[in-house]
Amino acid sequence: MNDILVTNEVSKYFGKVAALNKVSLTIPENSIYGLLGPNGAGKTTLIRIINQITYPDHGEILFRGEKLKPEHIAQIGYLPEERGLYKSMKVGEQALYLAQLKGLSKAEAKKRLNYWFERLEIGDWWNKKIQELSKGMAQKIQFIVTVLHEPKLLIFDEPFSGFDPINANIIKDEILQLKEKGASIIFSTHRMESVEELCEYIALIHQSEKILDGRLSDIQKAYKNNTFKVGVQTQNGDALLKELSEKFEVQNSVFKPASDQLDFTVKLQSNDSNGFLGYLTDKATVNRFVEKIPSANEIFIGTVKNKDAHE
Amino acid sequence: MSKLPLIIKREYLAKVRNKSFIIMTFLSPLLMVAMITLIVYLIKVNNNQSNVIVVLNESEYFSNSFKSNDLNSYLEFNNISLQAAKDSTDNLGYTGLLYVPAGSDVKEVSNNTVFFSEGAPNTLIVNSLESIFQKKLQQSRLVQLGLSDEEYKTMGNQYEIKTETFAGEKNLKGINELKAGIGSAFGYLIMMFIIIYGSFVMRSVIEEKTSRIIEIIISSVKPFQLMLGKIIGSAFAGITQFSIWIISASILLLIAMLVFGIDPSILSENASLSSEMNPALSEQMPTLDKTAKLYAQEILNVNWFTLIFFFLVYFILGYLIYSSIYAAIGASVDNETDTQQFMFPVILPLMLAVYVGFFSVFSNPHGPIAVGFSLFPLTSPIVMLMRLPGGIGAGGVPVWQLVTSIVLLIITFIGIVWLASKIYRIGILMYGKKPTYKDLYRWLKY
Repeated sequence: MNDILVTNEVSKYFGKVAALNKVSLTIPENSIYGLLGPNGAGKTTLIRIINQITYPDHGEILFRGEKLKPEHIAQIGYLPEERGLYKSMKVGEQALYLAQLKGLSKAEAKKRLNYWFERLEIGDWWNKKIQELSKGMAQKIQFIVTVLHEPKLLIFDEPFSGFDPINANIIKDEILQLKEKGASIIFSTHRMESVEELCEYIALIHQSEKILDGRLSDIQKAYKNNTFKVGVQTQNGDALLKELSEKFEVQNSVFKPASDQLDFTVKLQSNDSNGFLGYLTDKATVNRFVEKIPSANEIFIGTVKNKDAHE
Repeated sequence: MSKLPLIIKREYLAKVRNKSFIIMTFLSPLLMVAMITLIVYLIKVNNNQSNVIVVLNESEYFSNSFKSNDLNSYLEFNNISLQAAKDSTDNLGYTGLLYVPAGSDVKEVSNNTVFFSEGAPNTLIVNSLESIFQKKLQQSRLVQLGLSDEEYKTMGNQYEIKTETFAGEKNLKGINELKAGIGSAFGYLIMMFIIIYGSFVMRSVIEEKTSRIIEIIISSVKPFQLMLGKIIGSAFAGITQFSIWIISASILLLIAMLVFGIDPSILSENASLSSEMNPALSEQMPTLDKTAKLYAQEILNVNWFTLIFFFLVYFILGYLIYSSIYAAIGASVDNETDTQQFMFPVILPLMLAVYVGFFSVFSNPHGPIAVGFSLFPLTSPIVMLMRLPGGIGAGGVPVWQLVTSIVLLIITFIGIVWLASKIYRIGILMYGKKPTYKDLYRWLKY
């Protein structure tokens, strides 16, 4: 598979402070890539470098195998975290202007705008000024402007902040559609749970450095630690719990005598879950047995803790 | 660079469609013409009000001294008491009563003369009366020293030194001031334009920053292109506004003159009116008429083509330099109130240029101060233009100075635009913190 974007040991300094320190990422074509990390980690700086708003001090960036250059701007769509439009400019005029700045001809831009305005059911806004629209409405315009030139690479910085749930869903569906049509998408966010379900690949950025990247399922596989959520039916839950606790690492146990239900989380030494299950079915009726997959957030916290402990 | 015209067009339209811009464009000429009309009208009213001064003259020394003129008309009372004269002046509503008592000599009479009026008297009247007495006193003193009346009359003859350049060109006295006046009109225009439209650029940058659209724009175009587009777009809007002002003001003024029957020359007449305070100057008036033609000739001799050419050169370069500074200021702050700390250093050289121009170029267009300021790039667009109507080459601005000043201006232009675009590039993405000069310096190194 080809890679749409590769960053090679990209560093950026503001004065003596490093905003990015040798960050290398590989973003495969037609994927959804999550750029995760807390506020101030350097995500926005990296995105600005990809958009050629600022330039790296060291390292290089390859866009579809070529060194990133100004012409590539027409193939990148960027929805910044801080959103805004000219308040006193009319919606249609403004969208046309921004589309033309991205290199579309006026006629083509108009055609595509009509399509999108119809699609998102905002056709009658054309002659309204932005200041007459609500925030959510303006966000829709902003989204259209981002995708209008049909970029190969779409970058969304905190994509769902500011959208109400209904519009957030509409936008999410549109983004997935764009991916279907072949676009590659980068999500940047500090709220990891918001994009986790969408991302195939993630990279964790912490204190200007990439601490982890790869396919999300691989990472989760590597980070799962044989922890299972278990529910059993038993009449003497206390005795069973005591026995289990002596042999295994048991946490968060709750026994409800009224329904004879015992719930607990267990961490096994090895990945021999079948063995454990067999042992358990001898003693009680198992009605729940789920492997606990670590969330990006947990992986992140785990990795950071690990890293800090090593330092 | 194909995106530059797009940006220029947007900036231009955004400015020109702005409501306050439209109101300013069409209201200003109206206000200006209304003001001029009002001033002319008021002057006319003021002049029509004749000052009638009653003279109670008991002395033979001043029998023929009080001759009515534009300002005052004199009415002589004879053989009545001072009290009666005062009462009747007051009753008749005349301006005032000049009481010239009898006395043994001019000095004594003059010292005892009193001017009575209802309130505090108009200084113009007092001055004109005083000059009558001064002249009389001077004359009597000279007669005492043995000068005949005829000899005294020849005394007032005006003398004017002839001046000529080494190249043999004849100079007219005061022509330097006149020429500098033409130049300063241009210089002043440049200053106004820079201040008004430079802050347009600044406000437009701040607007993009506060509305947060900036990041979208600069992910499509280079910040430098955006800045340049803004500067040029604002300049076009400014030129549009100036053109509308000049055209509509001339039309309106013409209409006003026709409707109210106002002769605009009344303004200049009024200026010469004040010269009556100075008797020596008013005696110059006839000679002025004679030389007026020469002055007109001299003004026509000013090489307007070169002047306008250099006006454009200095105007464009000066505007580009200052508006880039304005753009950088706009980029460094979050709102307009924060611009104050940076505005003063920008306005200072402009003000300095205009005042240095007025005080130094007028009196000595090729003196060291005038030369210095016309070479210094931040003041040269204004000061050099004030010097230029004097000509280029022999007798005027030396060619090397002109060349040096333009070269310096171009170098500064490149340097400032480079610095400004660096500050601009960083500043537009900085939020929340009011930057200090130290911050700006740091940004230059990013």
